Amino acid sequence: MSLIKSASPHITDKELTERIECFTILALIPAVVASLYFFGLKAFFIIIVGVIIAALTDILIDKLKKKKFKIPFGAMVTGLLLALTLPPTIPLFVPVVGSFVAISIVKHVFGTRSHIFNPALAGRAFLVAAWPVLMSKWITPDGVTGATPLGALKIAGEKIASYSQLFFGNIGGTIGETSALALLIGAAFLFFMKVIDWKIPLAYVGTVFILTFAFGKDPLFHILAGGLMLGAFFMATDYVTTPITKKGRLIFGVGCGLLTVVIRLFSGLPEGVMYSILLMNAFTPLIERYTRPKPFGYLKFKKVEK
Amino acid sequence: MLTFKGGVHPAYNKLTRKSRIEVAKLPKKVILPLQQHTGAACEPLVKAGDFVRVGQKIAESKAFVSAPIHASISGKVMGIAKAPHPVLGEYNSVVIESDGKIEWHDSVKKRENADKLTAKEIIDIVKEAGIVGLGGAAFPTHVKLSPPPEKKIDTLILNGAECEPYLTCDNRLMMEKPDEIIKGLKLIAKALNASNIFIGIEDNKQDAAAYLDAKLKKENENIKVITLRTKYPEGAEKMLIHAVTKRKVPSRGLPMDVGCVVSNVQTAKAVYDAVYEGKPLIERVVTITGDVNEPKNMLVKIGTQFKELIGQCGGYKGEPKKIINGGPMMGIAQVSGDVPVIKGTSGILVLADIERNEEERCIRCGRCVDVCPMLLMPTAIAQYSDKENYEMADSYFALDCFECGCCAYACPSKIPLVEKIKKAKIKIMENKK
Repeated sequence: MSLIKSASPHITDKELTERIECFTILALIPAVVASLYFFGLKAFFIIIVGVIIAALTDILIDKLKKKKFKIPFGAMVTGLLLALTLPPTIPLFVPVVGSFVAISIVKHVFGTRSHIFNPALAGRAFLVAAWPVLMSKWITPDGVTGATPLGALKIAGEKIASYSQLFFGNIGGTIGETSALALLIGAAFLFFMKVIDWKIPLAYVGTVFILTFAFGKDPLFHILAGGLMLGAFFMATDYVTTPITKKGRLIFGVGCGLLTVVIRLFSGLPEGVMYSILLMNAFTPLIERYTRPKPFGYLKFKKVEK
Repeated sequence: MLTFKGGVHPAYNKLTRKSRIEVAKLPKKVILPLQQHTGAACEPLVKAGDFVRVGQKIAESKAFVSAPIHASISGKVMGIAKAPHPVLGEYNSVVIESDGKIEWHDSVKKRENADKLTAKEIIDIVKEAGIVGLGGAAFPTHVKLSPPPEKKIDTLILNGAECEPYLTCDNRLMMEKPDEIIKGLKLIAKALNASNIFIGIEDNKQDAAAYLDAKLKKENENIKVITLRTKYPEGAEKMLIHAVTKRKVPSRGLPMDVGCVVSNVQTAKAVYDAVYEGKPLIERVVTITGDVNEPKNMLVKIGTQFKELIGQCGGYKGEPKKIINGGPMMGIAQVSGDVPVIKGTSGILVLADIERNEEERCIRCGRCVDVCPMLLMPTAIAQYSDKENYEMADSYFALDCFECGCCAYACPSKIPLVEKIKKAKIKIMENKK
């Protein structure tokens, strides 16, 4: 009889990192289905390429680091998210480069799970800088070239889509962002499986809603259009690049919302989700430092000492 | 329903919820360590070869924070030597070989005037009886009952939460010995002069809660049963006090700082035994559970070896991987079944099927932060502990951790957070000296 002498606790929850990553992939399936429905084979190839290149890059780098082989679910999430943020017209070499950059530079250079920026979004930012024209060529699901709803709002000041079009996704945009419904189904699943917490998404979407309303814009249009749903529920909730403190998560969400509204209303860009989240990612260590929770009974402790 | 912030919901696994307390067989020998409590170790009062009787005091200390030890069986003292200890690994212990009979010591006598004792007299009896907190911490009860004069105690809470999975000894005792528990509780209240008396019970023990409540109402007692949400660690002192009274025990402070004393169900029963029956603390109820063939609640003589009790529960089911003194969340894994039951042993848990996942890098999911009942950042403390930066670990309030294990339970990367935080705590304390 050989007994294991290890520290308590002697039981643990069934939750594992792989399980969380797999749930995130599952939660994106409705968005993938919507992208296939609206954009067909174009979307299919973009997603396949994005996911496969991300996975291969991760496996290769782990091999170079002499790590034990593991199915790279985390990298697949990154590749999938990146693919979902690309326009349907994009040539396939772009997701190849994007996934490679996201995994190799943004994720691995900082060491395992120590990266500062959301890999999918930073990869996308790289693509926007490298191929600005390709990254902003939009078509509607019917194949008509034209601006996205937010783009049209910015340039011409007109709303080209109804609420129901925005909600179901029958509009121009990146392949994964157009259907709010599909994204909300996935988000509900993540809430239900306790993968994500309500604080960041609620603070983010809530801030956008309130601020756009305060500036006399149409708040419902602003939360349904563009990449807000995808960003708030799937990017701003990334564990590694967002604060772990409860208060920090609220501040992070509010900050994202604030920046998104500022960019959308007061800059030359129609959309600001990507830059808002990336900027807030950079603030994460700072937010965390200043929102360090006080332990149970702390205030009283101070009074007792005096 | 009343509760606290944070916490986790492990599977209850209360296998022995309905098993009546069974009296364990008289052990052939008992091992009585000279240190079974928080505070100073005892000095032996007997030597090898002496004949001792049940209830005879065999070791004590002059220090105030300590508790004497009594023979739990009658027989011959085999010797005083190092023996296995469930918490300290190994410790000097008095080993007694049974004479096969139960010969009581003269000092064990029923008290007729138990209802008329003064607070001071009750405290003295409790001290002489060697009673310590039987929930697991084993803090000498007479010390708890003697707060400094500037700390006015107005509230007494009987802890019947029993939030550790698997354990059912408190639950069973509440069902089977309610009168004794209530009498013991009233003695403690009298000793403290506390007027608000509560019994806190998790709502997965509705049977015990309803039973005690009905009894107290019938007898018109001024004691309130409070049902608490079933969540681990609901029975932790600070969490329990907060749930019941809304008072927050100050960080690194004691319940008496907010006018409260918390006492375990079994401690109340032990106080009853000492005061009414004149019996010192020589036995307690232990849940023997997990991967044994017949899990049971047993009334066990202190000093009985684990293996003997496991034998009486039909032996191991499968090959044991862990034998734990206590419950699965805060209990201590043993290296063998030779260790004795001590005053603080609430359970003997055998686990045969243990999943061991490799530790991974933290994914910063924040689950440990969400579940920490002390509102700490376990992963940050653990990371500084790894880097041996104990100053930073201290600045993240490592010393406030009471090692409930919620963080490590919830961690999807399977990081042994409690182990790392424990290490940091020890180093911080060393550096502060």
